[in-house]
Amino acid sequence: MKSSKTHTLRTSILVVLLIILNSAGNFFFGLGMKRIGEVHAGSVAALKFAFVAVFSSGWIWLGIISMLLFLGALMIVLSWADFSYVLPATAAMYAVVPLLGHFVLGESVTALRWTGVALICAGVLFVAQTPPSTTEKS
Amino acid sequence: MRTAITLIILVFSGTGGDIAVAYAMKRIGEVHSFSPMVILRFLGRAFREGWMWLGIAQLTLAFCSLLALLSWEAVSFVVPAMALSYVTGALGGKYFLGEKLTPLRWAGIGLVSVGVALVCLG
Repeated sequence: MKSSKTHTLRTSILVVLLIILNSAGNFFFGLGMKRIGEVHAGSVAALKFAFVAVFSSGWIWLGIISMLLFLGALMIVLSWADFSYVLPATAAMYAVVPLLGHFVLGESVTALRWTGVALICAGVLFVAQTPPSTTEKS
Repeated sequence: MRTAITLIILVFSGTGGDIAVAYAMKRIGEVHSFSPMVILRFLGRAFREGWMWLGIAQLTLAFCSLLALLSWEAVSFVVPAMALSYVTGALGGKYFLGEKLTPLRWAGIGLVSVGVALVCLG
């Protein structure tokens, strides 16, 4: 059994990696879908067209690669850390995604939304003060 | 209406998928080394777990819902709204995975939830 300090350090490193990969993945998906346009699910032909458009987009593939790496890192950290610790800890991406949405995609982010982002970050700091694992290892 | 329905599918399938993956990882045991061979062996064992595939199926549904939602809603709305899954995830961790949530962790999750509500209202 690793020491608590080692667990916390390893968990922190992987959580930062999760935040970067998830933010990048969502950003690439957003960029890809904005270029494709609104998906209409009214007919089989429309769905087929949307499917081809989605999976021929380089941005979508970058998003998929980011999310696969995210899944791998998530699997590793969940092998020792609590799910209820890792999940809120990754909420720091809420500081990254609105920034990208605002400055790169040109989306408007209101003051209220930024206040919410600040509260989320405070919540993440609270969660970070708790031990990463509270369950007995088999 | 379609935004609300798609968001509910996204949050619950995403949380269900994450809980199933977390359960599979707990069954396999802790990764003690980051060497490529150890990681590959760990991933190989993970993909032989039924819970892992159940998780992947739910995460795939969440992924499709996410793509659909992103086609008509702004990414700065969709991604923060997805943070509803922090509450469902905490409850799932407590009741399905047996995690002990301290008052401090609940407070953190509460702040995250209020933050999410503000983000969605904004």
